[in-house]
Order: sequence, then structure tokens, then C-alpha cells
Amino acid sequence: MRDLSGAIGYRDVALAVALVAVGAAISRFRRLDLEQDMLVATVRSFAQLLAVGYVLAFVFDGHGWLSAVLLAVMVVVAALTAGGRAKRVPGATIVAGVALGAATMGTLGVLTVLGIVPVDARTIVPLGSMVLSNAMASASLVMTGLRDDLAGNRREVEARLSLGQTSHEASLPWHRRALRTGMLPIVDNTKVVGLVALPGAMTGMILAGAEPLEAIRLQLVVMYMILGGNAFAAVVAGELTVRRLFTADHQLVRSLRRTPQ
Amino acid sequence: MGDRFEYVDVRVDGDDGPIVSGFSARISASGLTAVIGPSGAGKTTLVRLLNRLDDPDGGVVLLDGEDVRSYDVLALRRRVQYVGQVPVTFPGTVADNLCSPDPAALLDRVGLPASLAGREADRLSVGEAQRMCLARALALEPEVLLLDEPTSALDSASKEGVEALVVSLAADGLTVVMVSHDPRQASHLADHVLDVPGR
Repeated sequence: MRDLSGAIGYRDVALAVALVAVGAAISRFRRLDLEQDMLVATVRSFAQLLAVGYVLAFVFDGHGWLSAVLLAVMVVVAALTAGGRAKRVPGATIVAGVALGAATMGTLGVLTVLGIVPVDARTIVPLGSMVLSNAMASASLVMTGLRDDLAGNRREVEARLSLGQTSHEASLPWHRRALRTGMLPIVDNTKVVGLVALPGAMTGMILAGAEPLEAIRLQLVVMYMILGGNAFAAVVAGELTVRRLFTADHQLVRSLRRTPQ
Repeated sequence: MGDRFEYVDVRVDGDDGPIVSGFSARISASGLTAVIGPSGAGKTTLVRLLNRLDDPDGGVVLLDGEDVRSYDVLALRRRVQYVGQVPVTFPGTVADNLCSPDPAALLDRVGLPASLAGREADRLSVGEAQRMCLARALALEPEVLLLDEPTSALDSASKEGVEALVVSLAADGLTVVMVSHDPRQASHLADHVLDVPGR
């Protein structure tokens, strides 16, 4: 057998559950009390991926227009997740949704307009999901970082406002810091890619029988796409968060001012 | 001279009920007005309405007879400068903080030596930092100076210096509004007293 493409049957999946059983046995033996969670995780992952598999098969099989719907659903779920983590930002879910939507459309737009990838459900959906899952972390880091920094430094923010600065000028040092915090993890990952971990798209292609150099070319596109997507999401999330934390009259919103310092 | 500010039936809501309600008063354009009252009465809240760091939930605040909300907010804040209780220094030197072509003149005006211009602002003493904050406010040539307990973080020697400075600024024609928790300081320094009743 040269590659794994088409070689994994449900029987193989069932056998792989043996590895989960080992994990559960360790949990029982060491009294970690994780068996229940492992069971739930195993069943959930099976059900979720099976369902997604059927959906993807349907979309790829001549219903390509549905990829837009699929991506929209993914954006909404990602926005709810990121917004939930940054819930002290007013309207966090909307902020996250706009940031993540912009990141996904922006990066996929660039990739297709430049002709790097074809406009095809089979490429658009997986690439979009990779952009999203990474940008989600960036967006929530930027939103929580900016909110907490402005709340913690509100004396200084208000001193700046009092001197006649706009809300953007007054929040600039913390805005900049939040964008750095949101983007540094992916920049670091991009630096050490291949040295610390062999990334998913590339390992997937190699397992499916592609030549390594072909696989790395895809991986490079994916890495740059994820980097760009994170930058997009961070910038939009930062901008919208500032707008949510100040009024149009350059005042800090009350929820932020009255947080105990 | 007449009134600089007027509160008309002002209400400001807090998390549990109004902080201030039905408040009406005038603040003279001339001299130093001390805002006094029991703690929690909303003195700081009321002063923050004057440069629109906050807006009332009911009623209006007038500046020179016009609703403060009718002015461009950034221009209003330059005219009506605010200095808080705890001095806030920005990163960089004193000169960076003052953002003025002539930092020496400003420092002289608040009684600090010109040699401080090159010092890192975060290395000033609290008293020096509070004077620098006053200088930073004066750099914008405001018509009104709002001070929220400007001496509460200072020791008694620097307190007297800042008090004398504030009195001289009022004498120079600036409208000065100063929150004070100390009725003796108020009666000693102020030309007018605005008493905010407790709830």
C-alpha cells in the first residue's frame, strides 16, 4: 500500500477506538475520572464528522453553491464562540462575526482572484474553515485584550480624551498592543513551521499519496493564507471593538468606566 | 461676568438608581468655585459632565448659555480642561507630555524648574507630576480648568503649593472648578461654593 487515500474503512475506525479504550483504561486506573468525557468526546466527534462528511459529499456532488451557505454557518458558529469568550465587549458576537466574515472573504477573495486556487467547493470550503478556525482565536484575543487594557488604564485613557484626543488616538497604545497579542501566535507558528510540527494540510496530502514538494507548496499557501486571515480578523476586530467601547462623542462607555479598577 | 456653566434639572443614573437627580446650579465664570458635599454625593460625576467625559441621563448642562452637547466635543474639551485626582503621566519626558513649543514657560507657570523638561515623566514626585498635569492642561490655553480633588494625593507641603497655584490661575482670569472633600480648604480658597447635597 502506497498511500491511505481510500484505504480507511469503518472497520478501521472501529479498531482505532482501541486507542481511546487505552486512554479510558488509564483514566480509570489513575482515577482521573475522565472516562465519561472521553466517551462523550468519542461519540460526538464521530457523529459531528460523519454529519459534516455527508454534507460535504452532498455539496461537492454538484451543489457547489451551497458552499457559501456552509461557510456562512461556520462564520456564525465561530462568531458565537469568539463573541462568547469576549462577552464583556458590548455586541461581541456581531464584532466577531464581522471580523471573521471579513477575514474569510478577504483571504478567499485574494486567493481566487489571483488564480492561486480554483473557485470550487472542494477548495473553498476547507480553506475557508482553516482561515476561520485560526482567525477565531485572533479575534477573541484582540477583543478581550483591548477591552481589559482600556478598562484597566481608563484613568490614562480619560486623561488623553480630556486633552482633546479622539477615541482612536486615546486608545492607540492599547489598540496596538492588542493587535500584536492577537497576531503573535500565528507569526511564531509560521516561523517554526516544519521544525516543530508538520502542519495539517501537508501531512494530510502526504498521507493521501502526494509528493512532499507538492504538499509543501499547498502548505505554504495555507500558512500565508492563515497569517493574512488572522491579520484581517485582528484589524477589523480591533477597529470595531474601539467603536463599541467609546461613544460617538469620544466617551468611554459606562460599562467600562464602572469596572472596579 | 455671568455664569459659565448651568446645570438644569440634571439626573445621572448609576448601576443602582440615580447618582444625582433633579440637580440645578450655576457656576460663575470668574474665580474659583469649590464643589463640596458628602462623599458619594456625585461631585466627580457632576464635574465630568462639564467636559463631556459623561452625559446626563436627564436635564441639560449649559456652557455660556448653550447645551454642552451643541459644541464640537473635542474643541469643548480643549476649552474645558480636566485634571484628575491622581496625576496621570504619559510615557516619555516631561517635554513629551507637555507637547508644547515652549515647555520651559509652562513649567515656570506651574512653579517647576525648566530643567525638569528632559526628565522622564514617570520619575517625577507625585507633587511634581500633578503640577506637570496642570501645565499640560494649560498648554492648550483653556478657558476653564476642572480639578477633581487635585491635592488629595499630595503631602501637606506640595498641597499648599498646588493650592496657591490654583488660586493664582483663577486670579489670572481662568474659570476654575475644583472638587474638594475638605470644607475648610473650600472656604479658605474658593470665591464661590457649590454644595452638592447627599442622597
